[in-house]
Amino acid sequence: MTQYFNEMYQTGKVRQPYARLEDWMKAMPAALRTLKQAEAEDLFRRIGITFAVYGEGGDPDRLIPFDMFPRVFTGAEWARLEKGIKQRARALNAFLVDVYQRGEIIRAGRVPSRLVYQNEAYEKAVAGIKPPKGVYSHIVGIDIVRTGPDEFFVLEDNCRTPSGVSYMLENREIMMRMFPDLFRENRIEPVDTYPEILRRTLASVAPEKCNGEPTIVLLTPGHFNSAYYEHSFLADLMGIELVEGQDLFVEGEFVWMRTTEGPKKVDVIYRRIDDAFIDPLCFRPDSMLGVPGLMDVYRSGGVSICSAPGAGVADDKAVYTFVPEMVRFYLGEEPILQNVPTWQCGKPDDLRYVLDNLAELVVKEVHGSGGYGMLVGPKATKEQVEAFRAKIVADPGNYIAQPTLALSTTPTFVAEGVAPRHVDLRPYCLVGERIELVPGGLTRVALTEGSLVVNSSQGGGVKDTWVLAE
Amino acid sequence: MLSRTADNLFWIARYMERAETAARLLEVGSRIALLPSAAGYRNEWDSLLQASGNSDAFARKYGDPVQRNIESFLFFDRDNPSSVASCITTARENGRIVRTALTAQVWDALNTAFQELRQLERTPRSELELSRLTEWTMRHAAMVRGAIEATLLRNDGWDFLNLGYNLERADNTARLMDVKYYVLLPKVEFVGSGLDNYQWTTLLRAMSAHRAFHWAYGGEVTAAKIAHFLILNPQCPRSLITCVEEISTHLNRLAKAYGTKSEAQSSAQEMLAALEDTKVEDIFDEGLHDFLSRFIREVAGLGSLVHDTYLSGDMR
Repeated sequence: MTQYFNEMYQTGKVRQPYARLEDWMKAMPAALRTLKQAEAEDLFRRIGITFAVYGEGGDPDRLIPFDMFPRVFTGAEWARLEKGIKQRARALNAFLVDVYQRGEIIRAGRVPSRLVYQNEAYEKAVAGIKPPKGVYSHIVGIDIVRTGPDEFFVLEDNCRTPSGVSYMLENREIMMRMFPDLFRENRIEPVDTYPEILRRTLASVAPEKCNGEPTIVLLTPGHFNSAYYEHSFLADLMGIELVEGQDLFVEGEFVWMRTTEGPKKVDVIYRRIDDAFIDPLCFRPDSMLGVPGLMDVYRSGGVSICSAPGAGVADDKAVYTFVPEMVRFYLGEEPILQNVPTWQCGKPDDLRYVLDNLAELVVKEVHGSGGYGMLVGPKATKEQVEAFRAKIVADPGNYIAQPTLALSTTPTFVAEGVAPRHVDLRPYCLVGERIELVPGGLTRVALTEGSLVVNSSQGGGVKDTWVLAE
Repeated sequence: MLSRTADNLFWIARYMERAETAARLLEVGSRIALLPSAAGYRNEWDSLLQASGNSDAFARKYGDPVQRNIESFLFFDRDNPSSVASCITTARENGRIVRTALTAQVWDALNTAFQELRQLERTPRSELELSRLTEWTMRHAAMVRGAIEATLLRNDGWDFLNLGYNLERADNTARLMDVKYYVLLPKVEFVGSGLDNYQWTTLLRAMSAHRAFHWAYGGEVTAAKIAHFLILNPQCPRSLITCVEEISTHLNRLAKAYGTKSEAQSSAQEMLAALEDTKVEDIFDEGLHDFLSRFIREVAGLGSLVHDTYLSGDMR
């Protein structure tokens, strides 16, 4: 029987950061809790925070379940996490600059060349380009799980366009609105500076050709995208235009947007569309979402694109294994945050181990995301395990495996009252002229009893995440 | 402002106004249905469908104009792009796209209308009185309008919303009047008859203006007075001249804010000047139907100019 670290109770005693929450929880009658939960849901719906799940059909205005029980870190716990996250974000960016320039880490034999240059996410089109301030990934979302008081592991890195930050901000807003007393009693670090810092980060990487205050836009695939709410929410909080590909065009050395007053030059594009769709002339010719000619302007320094095209090569699940190596190689430091041990099914020895122990492991597709196409061995039926085995054997290079982690739990409101549920954490590290991190992130919670899958597409929920001031 | 944002704002307003018109049509229809007139019933409903511009689409889907079907068609039917449900859904979707250009209150008004609409759609029809549906629509249209007036910055976005409202309203008023004259009144001998007057009054009710009319004119209801009220009286909030005046005002504001004159602006000014010079006798000399057809064409032309100048993003 696996022991799970409970973030609130240890050997029957309440851990210090949760001390006041226990009183709060006990003082809340069931009827009030139901009322508050309904109120929260109503607020979410009225604000319009909804989440469409790809391929599921049904209600396009589905809400991600919000759990009112906050998840809490002490200032000291956070200080260490912060250092580790920033260190990792620096190393990932150093890696990206390197692999699109001289590839020193590959020449040094620390990362296999095949893994980088034959990676689908490696964009040959940007080789040789050094983006402003040497930053490829401006928003690094690092998924972290906890297994003990001091044991934190990085589950995966997201260097392209990590989503979910609007939930971090809205969860806090809603908690402050519903339970102002909690915020008076606990000294909770604010997270609402995020949009301001993001804007500053984006402005700091304006291209050289830009004189004066840069014009920043957020490029969205459009209102049918499941994260559209987040796009409009962030654009609004930063006071920048939310544009679609059709709103932009290239003329001369620059990118312009179509406004009611005529064309206006754009300097920095915070894009929330994938590389493949950015520029039909450079990448997918059938893309209707991008801007023809955008990459030419980018190459000649007329516009900055955040995150830079090609950033995805650093967050590939196979490259992930080498991130600790990157920290040592580029920064000359020891990694503060550990990786989860990972077996590459593409390697014969690893494959043998994985197939022998399939029922104990978590297996993921190398390029998959969102909890799709993964196997959680201990939670799967025999038939599911065997079906997955066939898939791995058919294409071993497409899979990696990890031990089933004993994800920590935090108290969560459930139908019967309060019960422990498994959680993870996604903080959002901002990289520009400086590296910054707001104290908090998105805590995702697996609402089904015993489930270890926290993805919203798989029935996960979200919580407000507190960092207590020291 | 992004051209696409301006376009979305423009259409939020047009769809909300269109939803209101659909509800007004329903209300008038139900009023007539309560009367003991044996002859009028079917024709009246049919003419209302013609007013909504969807008579053929209705006939294809439902056949005979039975009240319940007409309620479905004008209120709930998603296949009918001008139904209240379609208009409110589209307006809210446009609002969702340009959330950044709206205040929280305006979005809340649009979104609340949409969420309540979905509840109405789940409610058994036997529990839904028609009057409840029409009042519901008017109330939400007013809430959106009120939120816009009370909370939105008086910037270019506000101008585009108002252009949408007034272009749509000008078109709808003209069409409602045209139907009255062209469809309700096929026989010349009815002009000036009791039936004729009753139908004119119905038209005033459709625009929530019959009381206002009596305050403004008093005495007998005549075709000339009503035409004057709905076309030439700048006090009437739905009259053609009021709409054109508003359109002109907002185009002037845009031209001033952007520092460039536009063709749409001068075109609106010409239309306004022409209406100011028009007497009701001139309209009847030209023929009401001909006058209205010309007006509808001119309003459509003005809409295209607004689109080309500001909303398309293709600068010339």
